[in-house]
Amino acid sequence: MTPRKLLTIICEADLERSLADDLSALGARGFTITDARGQGAHGARDGLWPSAANIRIEVLCDDHLASAIAESLQARYYEPYAMVIFIADVLVLRPGKF
Amino acid sequence: MSFEPVILFFVLGLLAGVVRSDLKIPGVLYESLSIFLLLAIGLKGGIELASYPLASIAGPALVVVLAAMLIPLAAFAILSRAGRLARPDAASIAAHYGSVSVVTFAVAASFLARQGEAAEGYLVVFLVLLEFPALVLGVVLARRGAGETRWGHLLHEVLAGKSIVLLVGGLLIGWIAGAEGIKPLDRLFLDLFKGVLAFFLLEMGLVVASRFADLRRAGPFLLGFAIAMPVAAGLLGLFTAQLIGLSVGGAALLATLYASASYIAAPAAMRIAIPEANPALSIGAALGITFPFNLLIGIPLYHGLAVRLAGNV
Repeated sequence: MTPRKLLTIICEADLERSLADDLSALGARGFTITDARGQGAHGARDGLWPSAANIRIEVLCDDHLASAIAESLQARYYEPYAMVIFIADVLVLRPGKF
Repeated sequence: MSFEPVILFFVLGLLAGVVRSDLKIPGVLYESLSIFLLLAIGLKGGIELASYPLASIAGPALVVVLAAMLIPLAAFAILSRAGRLARPDAASIAAHYGSVSVVTFAVAASFLARQGEAAEGYLVVFLVLLEFPALVLGVVLARRGAGETRWGHLLHEVLAGKSIVLLVGGLLIGWIAGAEGIKPLDRLFLDLFKGVLAFFLLEMGLVVASRFADLRRAGPFLLGFAIAMPVAAGLLGLFTAQLIGLSVGGAALLATLYASASYIAAPAAMRIAIPEANPALSIGAALGITFPFNLLIGIPLYHGLAVRLAGNV
């Protein structure tokens, strides 16, 4: 098992297309997007309709890329949008993939 | 005044939301119902459109779109001068009010059908044409002087957005196939329409109730705006209808289009194009106040005024 970083982004669903483009441009080789609901500084994001929906994006990558993605997204999206990013240590089976 | 029963479903959703019922309509169903409604409205319009020569609609369509431009321009001036809202917020709200609400249109159409009031079928074409110019204008107003805009992104978001794709797609399918060709699909798209609209309004009641918290942030000026603006825009619609010679039903529908504020296409497009605008303000006003106002008071009001205007001619 090889150590890698799991970068998780939770944000407004409206950003999905834009973030997918950014992640590919920054060099992510893949990511997983799931629908999410919750509550925070931007009130209840209950997913009742598209403008109140959240998504969670997970990216497995090395620590350089994880930092680069986190910094780039923070600069671009943190101020105007609802977004949280965190990075965790994980073990993966096929390091060549991530 | 006879009451349009589908509105009761909206009231039910509103009440369920207010008493914090565990009733919840899943997001996927919201998506599915809105896809159905957009497609069905497009189809109906397309079938009707087949019976008009296209060239005869071009002139009126141009007048309708140009006159409608006054709505976001006036809204922006009022919000930024009198309301002292920040430029991005004023521009985003102006875009919401300049664009149109498909569901408000659908409710008005069934209200008119119930009153036995016929309307020109090609109004659906106006619905499509009025959906996006205001969104572009809103971004121009927000960006005038400063900042870069990802125009490609915005135009894609607006023109390739699901409302335009489904409305225009439905319109074309209906137009090409005609009433006879669509017959095998009637059961689904025409007979079930009202039931689906009722279901969607139940969901909208829940959504509106969940936006009430935003209204507190909006402040009294915006609340007043959210009622005065649709009435003023409705009057502009009635005037424009007279100019292009629409029937009473057509005038009431056009007034409803002008009075309505978008909450499907506009919020998503504005979130991307004007990120610094606070969505709680625009959605609170458009969805929290103007949408219920138009459903409960506006539509019968515009129809009543259209009848009066016609009586005086």
